[in-house]
Amino acid sequence: MLAMNYRGPGRVRADQKPMPEILHPEDAIVKVTRSCICGSDLHLYNGNVPDTRVGTTFGHEFTGVVTEIGSEVKKLQVGDHALVPFNIACGKCIFCRQGLFGNCHESNPQATAVGGIFGYSHTAGGYDGGQAEYVRVPYADVGPTVIPPGMDLDDAVLLTDVVPTGYQAAEMGGIQIGDTVVVFGAGPIGIMAAKCSWLFGAGRVIVIDELDYRLEFAKNYAQCEVYNFRSMKDPVLFIKKITDYLGADVCIDAVGAEATGSAIQSITGRKLLLQAGSPTALSWAINSVKKGGVVSIVGVYGPTGNFIPIGNVLNKGITIRANQASVKRLLPKLIEHVQNGILEPKKLITHRIPLEEVADAYRIFSDKLDECIKPVLITSPINHSSTEQRETHHEKYH
Amino acid sequence: MKNITDIASSLDDESRIQNEPYSKDRSQIRGWAIDANSKNDPTFPMRQRHKESTKNHDWQRPSLQAVTTEVLHSNERPNLTATFGTASPPSGLSGTIRRFAFKYSEGKIIHWLALLLADRVNVLEGFGSDLRKGYAPNILKERGTKAAWKHNPDAVVKKVIIGVAILTSIAIILNRKQKKLACKNN
Repeated sequence: MLAMNYRGPGRVRADQKPMPEILHPEDAIVKVTRSCICGSDLHLYNGNVPDTRVGTTFGHEFTGVVTEIGSEVKKLQVGDHALVPFNIACGKCIFCRQGLFGNCHESNPQATAVGGIFGYSHTAGGYDGGQAEYVRVPYADVGPTVIPPGMDLDDAVLLTDVVPTGYQAAEMGGIQIGDTVVVFGAGPIGIMAAKCSWLFGAGRVIVIDELDYRLEFAKNYAQCEVYNFRSMKDPVLFIKKITDYLGADVCIDAVGAEATGSAIQSITGRKLLLQAGSPTALSWAINSVKKGGVVSIVGVYGPTGNFIPIGNVLNKGITIRANQASVKRLLPKLIEHVQNGILEPKKLITHRIPLEEVADAYRIFSDKLDECIKPVLITSPINHSSTEQRETHHEKYH
Repeated sequence: MKNITDIASSLDDESRIQNEPYSKDRSQIRGWAIDANSKNDPTFPMRQRHKESTKNHDWQRPSLQAVTTEVLHSNERPNLTATFGTASPPSGLSGTIRRFAFKYSEGKIIHWLALLLADRVNVLEGFGSDLRKGYAPNILKERGTKAAWKHNPDAVVKKVIIGVAILTSIAIILNRKQKKLACKNN
């Protein structure tokens, strides 16, 4: 089968690899129909996540048709078209039972902080991911959810990570009616976090980024205020000024390790790897939030350590909340929101690129070329309502 | 299923805490739970607490995946998880470095630095593996240069110029060193 193959920092290719097999009675094999590249994949792509091995396949946002099931799979059936949450979760351990499906204790032997994640290095369990024609899906009765009839595949694939992560970012903010929310980062997650902040009753939503095209998109899609931090000397001071010198009630870090905006953080965090990524957005969030406020972190960092103003966390009495999104917990509500037209995730997709051209897809997304917001890899031709749109984008790209 | 106390007591760890677990009967503790407030739960709604026990290793484990390839596991857990990925098992020099890394817990920086080193060694092994298969990797294609050239040619040109400048500088320095060495020998 054709699959994305990681060869080293900044180098990927599409290769023929062996078909995945059932290795556990609760496994399923899924023929991938949609697979996204996520901003988190760029941490892997750039070589910043420890234990990212050559030859592995990335991809934790995908949909697919079930082609084979293990002997203990009871709910999912061959032929089902499912959206597969990025968390690999057993559904039985103490963490899954509490709804912490991103923290399953039975899916990742290599590290205890996080549960298994598809195609996200051996630090997240060593599973091959969905940027391939086929993928092995463990605990098939727990995470995978049959795509409701009539739902567009492009909406469905974004329900595997982008929508739940954006939603949980807002949820973790503990937003109260009328609160001012500042979202750092206008990537797909940041845009979705801004959009979802309104669902919790925010009174004002502000998005900060450095790319005008993304800010313009965020402004239109999430109906929020947008500001380019490159046009200000001091983003923290700017936020204080526009919030009556008090700060925002809630700040969301939707950037993570790849943040720009501070030379010293970028050099030590992204180039020299002396930190687990560049925590510029997180530092700004801590310094911009109101005393007693909440900082919500969904931006991904590595497992070592970062230079952040923890003294200010203490002195300001800030509450920090963070986690990988618990997709399964949130799916019922989010599917409803998509079906009711409250959330329209597929509008985030700007590029549809064949799997064969995965290296170009990564380059476009990583370097933010061609006004890219969200790229989707097309692995299997399938008739659906986005076909016409896909052809249009394909023509644009080629 | 062992409980966590059994697991802890089975560890061969000199620094093991020797205290007995404190009594579950806290009625003797004056004022115990008088200010307990279930609404004061900053983890809500992310963490759903139930009356059932969620404190111990008391769950019915799923069936265990057969171990058919080498799988390293964190020493912060007593065993493998019920399922695990089997992609790219450790091999070669990078595998040796990875095995070394897993002797240390996730809290030790050496664990992660060793894994990062192994990743870089693994890249070189990947080149070797490609060449052994008679495949010369097309690095420009793997780096998505076509897309970069199409959408941002200036950046590509800049990178090429910087690269050439660095390589030229290295060549000049090495050349000077060789000349000095030749002069000394003469």
